[in-house]
Amino acid sequence: MKFLCVDCDQQMAFGERELPGDGTLAATFKCPTCGRVVALLTNPMETQLVSSLGVVIGGKTVPAQPLETVRTMVATGRDDAFEDTARRPDGPTAAAWSSEAQERLGRVPNFVRGMVKKIYADYAKERGITEITPAIMDTARAELGLEGM
Amino acid sequence: MRTYHELTNPDRSGLLDQILTQRRRVADRLAGVRRTIAVMSGKGGVGKSYVTAHLARALARAGQQVGILDADLNGPTIPRLLETPRAAHRTSDDGVEPAIGLDGVKCISMALLLEDGAPLAFKGPSAESFVWRGAMEASALREFLGDVNWGNLDTLLLDLPPGMQRYIELCDILGKPPAVLTVTIPTPESRDAVRRAMRAAVEQGSEIVGIVENMVGREFTGTAADDLAKEFDRPVVARIPWHPTADTWSALATRL
Repeated sequence: MKFLCVDCDQQMAFGERELPGDGTLAATFKCPTCGRVVALLTNPMETQLVSSLGVVIGGKTVPAQPLETVRTMVATGRDDAFEDTARRPDGPTAAAWSSEAQERLGRVPNFVRGMVKKIYADYAKERGITEITPAIMDTARAELGLEGM
Repeated sequence: MRTYHELTNPDRSGLLDQILTQRRRVADRLAGVRRTIAVMSGKGGVGKSYVTAHLARALARAGQQVGILDADLNGPTIPRLLETPRAAHRTSDDGVEPAIGLDGVKCISMALLLEDGAPLAFKGPSAESFVWRGAMEASALREFLGDVNWGNLDTLLLDLPPGMQRYIELCDILGKPPAVLTVTIPTPESRDAVRRAMRAAVEQGSEIVGIVENMVGREFTGTAADDLAKEFDRPVVARIPWHPTADTWSALATRL
């Protein structure tokens, strides 16, 4: 989808994506000429329909994880269904997890926790972030379009 | 006002590209799979999963590398038939390791991922869930195909649920119709339901590799397999009695 600023006859640029956690999604687009910003707001059913296709509005910026849709969207998954192994062992460059971030991660169901942990760790590593905090998790979640994580 | 195609900057979401990437992922994963056969029937309760599991085991005993994708997401039974041990699926960047059942048959099934006795339920708004649930199940099927480390297989069997929906999804995901093995029981009721499924498969361009008549003898009487064989000019590759032996399955395996 594309957004057109009719007054300027300019294609608007993707700005940011927000996932408030209530199943809705907000994505902003800005006109490069006049600076006007508009927001695309989807209701939970629309958001779900997009999620069910395994695609991300605003573009996918990280590679898909194995069984990503299954692991993020199945509500009745077994806690011990997966054993996540890191291909790269955590080295000295791996970001530390703050206690608050660990607590928050601990609330993620086991079914998907290993995958979520890896995504946040990769996000931090790629950006040189040394400590993962709840704020970093929020930013990553919105930036990467991780609805349901 | 300019239209979509007149705006020259790329579509940031690139939803079509994301879909095409998903398809490439499936194609890359299945590059090592020599043949893919969908086991299907328009009729429920004819023993598709039973035939699938025993056929897979017979092929494996004959020396083939075999996998089963249990595409019956809401009523998965393959792990029980293969006596697959309950163990966590090892997962890495490269994919998810399948479970290993009797005779070394590889397997992925929703039964191995769900809580005991729990139905397949998805997160999301419950109202109007019919709008998105089908797409969600198709995504799960796609991920089973594209994200499981199948490795090099001689045969990947896809155990489909009754009806045609999953078969149609499969054709879309694979980008081409898979070969089809149909299963029926002898009754005219089964014949009529399977006929519809076979006709749909032929119209999609699938090769029908054969017809299996299951539960032959006893209460179920009729000539469903022969009728369908004549109508579609395809062979009856097995007639499975109520108490088949390993030889029954081996004979089927050699005909495929």
